[in-house]
Amino acid sequence: MKYDVAIVGAGVIGSLIARELSRYNIRIALVEKCNDMAMGTSKANSAIVHAGFDAKPGSLKAKLNVEGTALMPELCKKLSVPFKPVGSLVVAFSDEETNTLKELLERGKINGVPGLEIYDSDKLHDVEPNINDEAKAALWAPSAGIVCPYELTIAAVENAVVNGVDFIRNFEVKSIEYSDGEFSVSDGKETINTNYIINAAGVYCDEIASLIGDTSIHTIPRKGEYMLCDKSVGKLANHTIFQCPSKMGKGILVTPTVDGNLLLGPSALDIEDKNDVSTTSETLSEILEIAKKSVPSLTTREVITSFAGLRAHCSKNDFIIEPSEKNDKFINVAGIESPGLSSAPAIALYVKGIILSKINAEIKSDFIEEREEPVRFRHMTNDERKALIEKNPAYGRIICRCETITEGEILDAIHAPAGARDVDGVKRRTRAGMGRCQGGFCGSKVVELLAKELGVEINKITKCGGNSKILYERTK
Amino acid sequence: MLNYDIVVIGGGPAGMAAALKAKECGVDSILILERAETLGGILEQCIHTGFGLHYFGEELSGPEYADRFISLVNEKNIEYKTDTMALEITENNVVYAVNKTDGLLEIQAKAIILAMGCRERPRGALNIAGTRASGVMSAGTAQKYVNIDGYMPGKKVVILGSGDIGLIMARRMTLEGAEVKCVCELMPYSSGLTRNIVQCLDDFNIPLYLSCTVIDIHGKGRIEGVTIADVDENRRPIKGTERYIECDTLLLSVGLIPENELTRAVGIQLDPITSGAVVDEYRETSHKGVFACGNVLHVHDLVDYVTLESQTAGEGAANYVLGKSSEAEYIETKGVNGVRYIVPQKVNIKNEGDIKLYFRVGQVYKNARIVVKYNGEEIISRKRPRLAPGEMEDVLIKNDMLKNFAQGGKIEISVEV
Repeated sequence: MKYDVAIVGAGVIGSLIARELSRYNIRIALVEKCNDMAMGTSKANSAIVHAGFDAKPGSLKAKLNVEGTALMPELCKKLSVPFKPVGSLVVAFSDEETNTLKELLERGKINGVPGLEIYDSDKLHDVEPNINDEAKAALWAPSAGIVCPYELTIAAVENAVVNGVDFIRNFEVKSIEYSDGEFSVSDGKETINTNYIINAAGVYCDEIASLIGDTSIHTIPRKGEYMLCDKSVGKLANHTIFQCPSKMGKGILVTPTVDGNLLLGPSALDIEDKNDVSTTSETLSEILEIAKKSVPSLTTREVITSFAGLRAHCSKNDFIIEPSEKNDKFINVAGIESPGLSSAPAIALYVKGIILSKINAEIKSDFIEEREEPVRFRHMTNDERKALIEKNPAYGRIICRCETITEGEILDAIHAPAGARDVDGVKRRTRAGMGRCQGGFCGSKVVELLAKELGVEINKITKCGGNSKILYERTK
Repeated sequence: MLNYDIVVIGGGPAGMAAALKAKECGVDSILILERAETLGGILEQCIHTGFGLHYFGEELSGPEYADRFISLVNEKNIEYKTDTMALEITENNVVYAVNKTDGLLEIQAKAIILAMGCRERPRGALNIAGTRASGVMSAGTAQKYVNIDGYMPGKKVVILGSGDIGLIMARRMTLEGAEVKCVCELMPYSSGLTRNIVQCLDDFNIPLYLSCTVIDIHGKGRIEGVTIADVDENRRPIKGTERYIECDTLLLSVGLIPENELTRAVGIQLDPITSGAVVDEYRETSHKGVFACGNVLHVHDLVDYVTLESQTAGEGAANYVLGKSSEAEYIETKGVNGVRYIVPQKVNIKNEGDIKLYFRVGQVYKNARIVVKYNGEEIISRKRPRLAPGEMEDVLIKNDMLKNFAQGGKIEISVEV
């Protein structure tokens, strides 16, 4: 198959680039080494949209963060992705930290962050009643928000696929040849040909770049561990609560999620292994200890799961978004660590600009800008539910008891453009298995539905592709 | 809007026994709502025997035990809807439920019996470190895969937690050809029944490591092994005791949680220890006309006791519907000194029968006494050779004793060694 542009990596960056380019009459492939999109950094991060006062003025991070954050609400609306403009607070516990807030405020002003304001202790406790009594002041950033990062990625891919992009799963790029002005990209079994490559491979960006001899990028996986708490304590924080930043990042935050849970994390540890998303008990207890400095009433009792993600840290400390020095038809989109999610909508536009400066692309007249809103039974009124089940009885059968997810929603997830192929794929699209029982009851039903819809035996269904099988052979 | 005298939420052993008893007491308009495809609840996947010894005086498998009640439900023409999920109950005892054929149901009940059962505690609640590989599942999920679906969830198994389902699955997986490497129990004693430890572990030479837990999970796609370690008296892993065990499956049997989402949503008072509703001797909750029984009220050790308790709730609901409830003067019950909780939490002293109090102890005791005090004065003392957290205990308060109590009094049960 011959493409104009092949994007390597279906994280939030690659997926939004694919969607943005699908406005034009060009052939696009979005290749992903896993069984689904959003399987790396995009599924395990803080899920927040930063206001943009952290990055150094003049950096690409500063520019794209502020621009991306401004674009996010509208984009989420078009893609039917939940976004909540909750705003963020950076909390100071000492006079020294209060000075840091002032520095952040000044930096934010230079970066063009709207609405920044320093709250005194009274105002802070007023807007965030569960905050530590010892908190002295806070930097309030109204433009910050929360978003579901994997849902954004899934929606972007779905919309891109509807607009003609080929989403190619389980294609791990092993070699890239360049001859006669064209790349041949291979996973060792199949080859695709393309005029341009966009390297959006996250922590693997350096390895993909090295396939064309570009060794200028060095990605250091920086692991961040998180704990997710039950919805019963989701209201302990009204806003994203940061502590004062350090060299390793923005520290441990406490934030509500768009689904009403409470998220604590991340830690920050530079590691070697780009596959290592394991959690450690020491780090998890450390996270809780630090998070309790912000919200003292937190306990482990409400933790329903923990996870880790890797940030694609580059020694340059800024996003690297430019054609490779080795081949100007190969565009690196590397070093996308925080505020990568916040910047993603702006990064997509920025990369589109680079591509359009090279290709003569015509805008499509039939581009579909909006993604149809998935059915979310749990958010409906009883009258809406009644009407829905009358139209399609599959919405009358609850599969996931904890999150009230219906069979109809699971079938929709499987049959969507670029639909779910494994249990975690169903979980990310529908929330089935994300509740307090963590799939204890619905897991086996989801396996059954996947097997039936995909026409395979149930022991072929995996948790998340590869060798993550769930069942072995039949019993005796 | 549909109308029933009694709506029973849950068609497992609790729901069926409650419905049957209510029918026997003279209520005809009863509807059972069951979320699974069949009546019977979790018993349907419990194909081992050991059920019914107390209630029927014979040893039955789970499906056989359930079938006796399913047959009766059919025989007595009690209405039920399967594959039907209750979504909400309201202040006015309206139940909202959904299924594929009726769509959204709105049912006005005079009384509601909550019998939703319980669920297993998941991995996340334990905060076990490591990867998120496949092959980590609750013992009950594995039981469904093996016994209902007919597929093996793994070959080399480590079980964390010695709850009864974990013990049962140790034997079941072994019989199906898997190698069960060990059962690790965080506490210095098992939370399972003694008979299950003997019949499911000892008989198959499966080691039970007490004061031991899983501290790390290894494997990228599928789980490849776990690190286990001994724990000290504060349940913290002891450095130097870590050992790696290769396995492709980790089953969790680390506790059961009553499923009280509907209960909580309507504002019914819950007991923080049982995680079930606070009830009186007829298992009526803080919400008039709403009763609770079975594992949704407190986790039972044997289904036989679930049946008995549910009959009590069924009778209570019937009395409520038929206007036969007696006037009420309550005393409180409270577990102290080794007794974790008591159900019921309050007792109407105007009740005309004897009252059985059920409770669990917090640790293993040998040659101890169970002491019941009324307002600080000892009224009953019973010797017990052995008390364990895994086994439910009970004492009977005779009606002539009840008659001597006064409203606002307090019964305390304690363990004395």
